[in-house]
Amino acid sequence: MGTRVVRDALGIGVAVGAFGLSYGAVAVAAGLSVPQTCALSLLMFTGASQFALVGVVAGGGGAVAAAMTALLLGSRNALYGLRLSSLLRVRGARRVVAAQFVIDETAAMGLARGTPGFWATGLAVFVCWNVATAAGAIGGTALSDPRSLGLDAAAPAAFLALLAPRLAGRGAAAVALTAAAAALVAVPLTPAGVPVLVAALVALAAR
Amino acid sequence: MWAAILLAAGGCYLLKLAGLSVPRRVLEHPRVERAAARVPVALLAALIATSTLADGRALVLDERAAGVAVAGAALLLRAPFLVVVAAATVTTALLRLV
Repeated sequence: MGTRVVRDALGIGVAVGAFGLSYGAVAVAAGLSVPQTCALSLLMFTGASQFALVGVVAGGGGAVAAAMTALLLGSRNALYGLRLSSLLRVRGARRVVAAQFVIDETAAMGLARGTPGFWATGLAVFVCWNVATAAGAIGGTALSDPRSLGLDAAAPAAFLALLAPRLAGRGAAAVALTAAAAALVAVPLTPAGVPVLVAALVALAAR
Repeated sequence: MWAAILLAAGGCYLLKLAGLSVPRRVLEHPRVERAAARVPVALLAALIATSTLADGRALVLDERAAGVAVAGAALLLRAPFLVVVAAATVTTALLRLV
């Protein structure tokens, strides 16, 4: 494994760690316990889905809507897996482990740098993400009033940072604006958490 | 909440595993590809809108909106992730002080 691959993987790990720190703090501010916050990072291990679940819970949404939103956002990992499968050619136990590592960062590094890029990035991100989550969650519980620190603005800012690189594609901005409008229209009409799902359906239905 | 966490986590894992296990042609339809590109954009945009402007079932314009606007400006300046999030929280917290 080249030192360049390892260096890049560690760099991505550190960047993801910063994200994990804010995820941990936002999750406990939303009302999840520290074990719940950490379990999500260990077991779900896909940042956007975790942030979405926490965002729905913070908005007063039910557990079902939160889980649905997380699953919908996680569906893109299936497509990453599809692209990676011919590259990695993993079977049996190795496939079971590799699957958990299929996320945005490892797909990008795997497709750019091959199998070593995938495994190095997967390991670096997994370790950094989980350590940072625990630190953020424990630090977050020490805060008396997350609102006075503006932590309720951290989640939308994080979503914006996740969305920005996806707006480059054709028609992506129109999809985003339509979805945002649909969600806001649905806010007074449906229980919390549901507007996000409505927006996803509207985006799928639009041509 | 634990049940939702474990079910959603299990589901997310199965989605990843399915991608590695399913024959390529099953998911390689233009329609599926297009939907897969669209859904994350729609969900993230909807999450931004609701977590910025919704308070329960009411729409409100408060300090969060200013925080998110500053985060957007930071993104345009190619600021790193943590700076973007910090810009939003610090702006929101400062506005609540005054």
